[in-house]
Amino acid sequence: MPSDVVIRTLAKLLIPFVMLFALYVQFHGDFGPGGGFQAGVIFAAGFIIYSLVFGFKNAKRLLSSALLRWLLSGGLLLYSGVGIACLFAGGNYLDYSTLASDPVVGQHIGIMLVELGVGITVFAAMAAIFYAFESSDP
Amino acid sequence: MLSGVFSLLMAGLFVTLDAVDVAFTEAAVGGGITTVLLLATISRTGETEKRNPAFPLIPLMIVISTGALLIYGTSDMPLFGDAIAPIHQHVSPLYLSEAQNKTGVPNVVTAILASYRGYDTLGEVTVIFSAGVGVLLLLGSKRRRDENAV
Repeated sequence: MPSDVVIRTLAKLLIPFVMLFALYVQFHGDFGPGGGFQAGVIFAAGFIIYSLVFGFKNAKRLLSSALLRWLLSGGLLLYSGVGIACLFAGGNYLDYSTLASDPVVGQHIGIMLVELGVGITVFAAMAAIFYAFESSDP
Repeated sequence: MLSGVFSLLMAGLFVTLDAVDVAFTEAAVGGGITTVLLLATISRTGETEKRNPAFPLIPLMIVISTGALLIYGTSDMPLFGDAIAPIHQHVSPLYLSEAQNKTGVPNVVTAILASYRGYDTLGEVTVIFSAGVGVLLLLGSKRRRDENAV
């Protein structure tokens, strides 16, 4: 997929910041606006820009669709795994207070992990849908 | 293109309503990803629509009656910005007063989504997961057949 030099240079400048911003939204979601959903979508947007500008083959070399499928289910498993960890720690399902000795710290850890799971699944779903559109070219 | 512009405008509207988290999602999903996916769909299916010879009378009736029913339903809703609306009376004050002390998370929206409504969010993630799996099943199987043919 050959593209214009202007577009390529702009994308090179832009993509790192898009992805950095996504990580910021992911891990700063506790304090400012944002969270897993938004971070996953922004990260996927950065990735989609990359594969639009630099070609689908390069993107696939970076992140294979098999890995994407693992991520897709891995995020959901992380979320439900946190819930099951709470069960083993002696609380209810998804009751994060039991994850640490201090309930507030436990809540913080639980929210962090759950948001990470949401982010991974959302990113993988968006990227997988985009891959499916691209790879089944007629 | 128009839907992307619309989503950007909606994101601005959400910001003025102090719903920054929703505005974020709308700008990223509606303005970004949906536009790209829509363009990808158009590029794969073609721009022209197949004409349907018959006038779609029954679907039109269903759409009009459903729309009328929904508009009738809005007449029961509380006024916009009404402070004594039921939604502001039930659990919202509890969330706002205790969320920060109980979870240690200053962003109340994140606290409610991930902690108080943990089950709901788990369901939402499952919906996204099944959407991804569904698209993979629909479009991925075609690719495998092509590989077999080659």
